[in-house]
Amino acid sequence: MSTLSSSGTSLATEKEQRRPRHLGRFLLPTYSWLVIAYLVFPIAVMIVYSFNRVISGLQLVSFAWNGFTFQWYRQWSNIPGLTSAFWLTLRLAIVSTIIATIIGTLLAIALVRYRPPKFRGKGAIEQILFLNIAAPEIVMGASLLGLFVTFNVARGFLTLVLAHVMFSIAYVTVTVRARLSGFDLSLEEASYDLGANPFSTFRLVTLPLIMPGVLAGALMAFALSIDDFVTSNFVSGSSVPFPVWVYGASRVGTPPQVFVFGTVIFTVGIVFAILSLGLSRKKD
Amino acid sequence: MDQPLPTDHPGSVDHKRRLTALRKRLPPYLLSLPAGLWLLLLFIVPLLIMLSITLKTCSPASGVCVMTWNWGELPHVVNLYHPQFITSLVFAAIATVIDLVISFPIAYWIAFYGGRKKNFFLIMLLVPFFVSFIIRTLVWEFILSNNGIVLTFLKHNHLAPSNFHVLGTGLAVIAGLAYNYLPFTALPLYVALERIDRRVLNAAYDLYANRRAAFMRVILPLTIPGIFAAFLLTFIPAFGDYVNQEILGGTSNTMIGTVIQNLFLIDSDYAGGASLSVVLLIISLLGIWLYARLLGSRTIEEYL
Repeated sequence: MSTLSSSGTSLATEKEQRRPRHLGRFLLPTYSWLVIAYLVFPIAVMIVYSFNRVISGLQLVSFAWNGFTFQWYRQWSNIPGLTSAFWLTLRLAIVSTIIATIIGTLLAIALVRYRPPKFRGKGAIEQILFLNIAAPEIVMGASLLGLFVTFNVARGFLTLVLAHVMFSIAYVTVTVRARLSGFDLSLEEASYDLGANPFSTFRLVTLPLIMPGVLAGALMAFALSIDDFVTSNFVSGSSVPFPVWVYGASRVGTPPQVFVFGTVIFTVGIVFAILSLGLSRKKD
Repeated sequence: MDQPLPTDHPGSVDHKRRLTALRKRLPPYLLSLPAGLWLLLLFIVPLLIMLSITLKTCSPASGVCVMTWNWGELPHVVNLYHPQFITSLVFAAIATVIDLVISFPIAYWIAFYGGRKKNFFLIMLLVPFFVSFIIRTLVWEFILSNNGIVLTFLKHNHLAPSNFHVLGTGLAVIAGLAYNYLPFTALPLYVALERIDRRVLNAAYDLYANRRAAFMRVILPLTIPGIFAAFLLTFIPAFGDYVNQEILGGTSNTMIGTVIQNLFLIDSDYAGGASLSVVLLIISLLGIWLYARLLGSRTIEEYL
């Protein structure tokens, strides 16, 4: 390859540099930024209109721009239903994230470490995980409602936790497993050679090494839980989470505080994402 | 993992040996037990219950249901709700194709020219997900409404007739679906493009392929599994979606998700809702099965 292709390679790089440059330097970037603008546009509208004054009697978001105000940020908790729905969603997300992250991580460890002769049913579990991610959400929500009705389970916070953990496990497991597959088992063997028992090996060697994957899985579960509408709408019953409340209220009229909550959640999320980006870059 | 048992362990040698064997064999099962049980009881069992509701026949007089393996209920509901199925199919398909067309170039650009800013651009692709799904859709309702930003601008500049409206039409539903599910299309495409070995591309150029030939004969064929995965990952949730239809489509163009939701939550017709859900699940599984047959079962997981 070396002598023969040296001219070929230079030709190729020449070609590669000459032609893609036009596309890569002008057309594609312009197009890509337009797509990004399209993705950001509704978010920008939400943020801007969270500062919009309301002049009519009803305190609902209006289409006309009436002037800038911090009123809705000052009165963020003025709508009791919305505020309690938000706290419920936060509690729900925290509880279900903790449970899903722990049991999803354990499952990921089992899937990476053990194969069929030692671990029968591995294939079946993998197929169930896949089915869980691929199944339409409305089918899962409806079937959970069927389950709770069949067994006469009162719908509320408990059924919400059961449902949210159920749809988060697969995402946690897939995320953790992806990070775990490059794990060097000899590090654990070294720990055993140095006299550590399985528990301290897990705590001092395995867990710190897989922690980035576990955190990524936990973030995923948290985001899924906080955003979920379809499943929650089926199983929420008396306790109404934030998205379900917003949907119900929007059929009458959206209070401006909804945009305030949306803006705050967006800001916190994006700050987290950028911070984690900065951290991972530092590590590299 | 071979842990010596404590020497003062009570019991016979045989007992000890069996215990060690058990200890060696148990870990995978113990590790997967909590998650496995959770998924079994709250995912698989509910699906089976739903299937059994579908296959039972209830007498309208006494309300008693008996298992009759009545598979005929499935074609019956498909027939009954075929307009809604067709609407869902058409809307989801159009939205998915729009998403593929919109996101392929940007996925290509990030994968090949993203450089050190790759992660930043990926976050920008995911930016809609930082706002709650419901709020996102509500904002679109807000934007597309008759006196909203877009239509006011268009009408003011005489770019659209004054009675022109988007909200309450299929166009608004498709636009909402396309916006909400775009990241589901763009990410698998990015993963597929990113994975292409640059040396293969260089080899194509070495063999005097021009840009067009290299794209058509190297990049595109290597991206096909990703395109299929992107299609499924966008189409399946869009097909079952009812939020976009309810918020943006108004009362027209009812999709199948809306019917299921109403049957369960408003009419309390669990049998009808269950049958439709089973049909929806079967359609989704057919797509995945087709993918597995054509491109291998493991590959789709790589795009999740």
